[in-house]
Amino acid sequence: MAQATLTRSVAVRRQRGRRGESLTKVLFVLPAALAMAALFGYPVVKNVVMSLQDYSLRTFFTGQAPFVGLKNYAAMVSDQLFSQAMVNTALFTIGSIAFQFSIGLALALFFRRNFPLGGLLRSLLLLPWLLPLIVSSATWRSILEQDNGILNRTLTGLHLIDQPVPWLNSPSVALIAVIGVNIWIGIPFNVTLLYSGLSEIPDELYEAGQLDGATGRRAFVHITWPNLRAVAGVLLMLGVVYTIKVLDIILGLTGGGPANATQTLATQSYERSFVDFKFGEGAALSNLLIGLSFLFAIFYLRSTRRAVDE
Amino acid sequence: MRSKRPIAATASALALALALAACGANGNGNSGNGDGGGTSSGGAVTSLTVLDYYNNDPDKALVQKGLDACGTKLGISIQRETVPGDTLIQKVLQQASSKTLPDVLMLDNPDVQQIAATGALAPLNDLGLNADGVIQGMVDATSYQGKLYGLAPVTNTLALFYNKDMLAEAGVQPPKTWDELKAAAKKLTKPGRYGIAFNANATYEGSWQFLPAMWTNGGDETDLKSPQVAEALQLWVDLVQSGSASKSVINWTQGDAKDQFVAGKAAMMVNGPWQIPALQENPKVKWDVVTFPLNKPDQTPVAPLGGEAWTVPLNKDQAKQQKAADFVKCLNSDENELAWAKARFTLPTKTALLDQYAKDVPSMKAFAEQVKTARSRTGKLGDKWPDAAKVIYQAIQLALTGKASAQDAFKQASGG
Repeated sequence: MAQATLTRSVAVRRQRGRRGESLTKVLFVLPAALAMAALFGYPVVKNVVMSLQDYSLRTFFTGQAPFVGLKNYAAMVSDQLFSQAMVNTALFTIGSIAFQFSIGLALALFFRRNFPLGGLLRSLLLLPWLLPLIVSSATWRSILEQDNGILNRTLTGLHLIDQPVPWLNSPSVALIAVIGVNIWIGIPFNVTLLYSGLSEIPDELYEAGQLDGATGRRAFVHITWPNLRAVAGVLLMLGVVYTIKVLDIILGLTGGGPANATQTLATQSYERSFVDFKFGEGAALSNLLIGLSFLFAIFYLRSTRRAVDE
Repeated sequence: MRSKRPIAATASALALALALAACGANGNGNSGNGDGGGTSSGGAVTSLTVLDYYNNDPDKALVQKGLDACGTKLGISIQRETVPGDTLIQKVLQQASSKTLPDVLMLDNPDVQQIAATGALAPLNDLGLNADGVIQGMVDATSYQGKLYGLAPVTNTLALFYNKDMLAEAGVQPPKTWDELKAAAKKLTKPGRYGIAFNANATYEGSWQFLPAMWTNGGDETDLKSPQVAEALQLWVDLVQSGSASKSVINWTQGDAKDQFVAGKAAMMVNGPWQIPALQENPKVKWDVVTFPLNKPDQTPVAPLGGEAWTVPLNKDQAKQQKAADFVKCLNSDENELAWAKARFTLPTKTALLDQYAKDVPSMKAFAEQVKTARSRTGKLGDKWPDAAKVIYQAIQLALTGKASAQDAFKQASGG
């Protein structure tokens, strides 16, 4: 009797268990799904909705935001600064990443060789990354100052230049200066990830390569680079997503000036929303930024999937 | 007995529901003003919440004194919150959307019309306040569609500061005309020092600093493509291109201009009286102030009005709204205007007080003169002023970086 009850209850439990199993699966996914929806889904949806509304100062007081269709997008594209902001964003992103990555790779390769104080130097290299961005940009603003900035003083002292360079004062130089500062900020991140990528490559590969005559540059081309590609892919994708939306550095250094020479989509979006209080147009611009980042993410995911399939 | 029970239960449930509804109504009434604790059952107002952006001493403490004095006078306690200046509007927007605006709200005067246009503020005329005797420029700034929405006890404006020692050394008199200004600036420039510092950055601050030149020369924000405005811009261009002012002015703030002046790297500067406490901390720098120079001798100097107005956000609690209005009235009493003006190097906004004030505080004489003819930024364009201000600073940037001539800059900046 006792035995029979036990078996039956086990059977029931098993049956229930099977149903419960799928329920458990759902329950496991649920928190993550809720978090995703609340933390990522809601802002994105809200931003899309906002970009289709006339969302202004008045909205905050009355709660009314009339639907205007694609008017905000039309205003965004027809703005006289739009094409310049697009070009600047592209230059800023490409310029920053090209140099961040190549300098980062060079430094990572350099630190791969063991030498005294190498570890200390490598950790010191993280400093730019640890500083709050607003501090970095304020510091660089004083360094790049035309009349009394330490950079111009040093360059004139070394007789490298005759006239002080208008780093942040000339529309033709300011973008280069801003990109330079962003490169400086991005190098630690690149060095750190590339260095850990390099450390993952087993030494045996190099030893075997050496036997086959792959040393120096050939070792890099045939051993280091193929093994580093996965890390480099992630790094470049993250780099694009981070760089395309950089705001604080530009605001801190030039505020988009002089004469709009350093306006990017991000600074324009900020200006629309928080200076002009045209939150709808600001949202339209930030949706464009989200879309661009998304494109790169898809591109990256597809390329890695292909790598896995191979 | 049994059969009666459900009825009793229903009755008590009904009573409970009514009680809850009553509570709910009460709760709603209170949450409207975002305070809750301020109104006692009898409707007597015991406290007011205040929001302003004087978040640094000495201003913070000096303003607190005035607030406390009026609080005592009206028999209420003041719960004050201060935020950094550039975050005030964002804070106000947050509070507006969560319906937690303070009972008394301070706003920078050019923002008053923009906020009033959203319907968030109570018209002060209906609450027994008026702007009698207040300089017209300030009345224009704090009125929207014929109604008064704020009152500013004190104001400020821009004028020309100069370093007495440097001018004496170079044998230069304080300039009265633009020609004299250019000549003086040139003469005062030497290695490591510029003749003049001002702020021409790409923010509303840059537009504000340009207004003395633009308005004095008869330029107007309703017609930015006029030759008078271009002439004013040419003054800025001449000062920078002759090397009398640093090319960095396009990135400088007014604080930067003051720093240059204090460090002896600029002999003159366009700035406002709020810098005086900082100048007094550096007794080595001997300075004085004159009104902004004129292009032609028959012009009168016209500078923009600065300063903050106190407003009363709309409140469902009528008693509280009235008390808040009384509080604003008290802040704008002659007594408080003079107290704040003297302690904080600002100017009373009532014409009748200005002359006596200039006698009492000689360092403010030039500013007191300047204020009488000063205009408000939003006087003509109202809540459309930010658009014009944007065109102004963009044009300044184009002209000073050489991307456009002073004549074309405004055309280019306004997108035509």
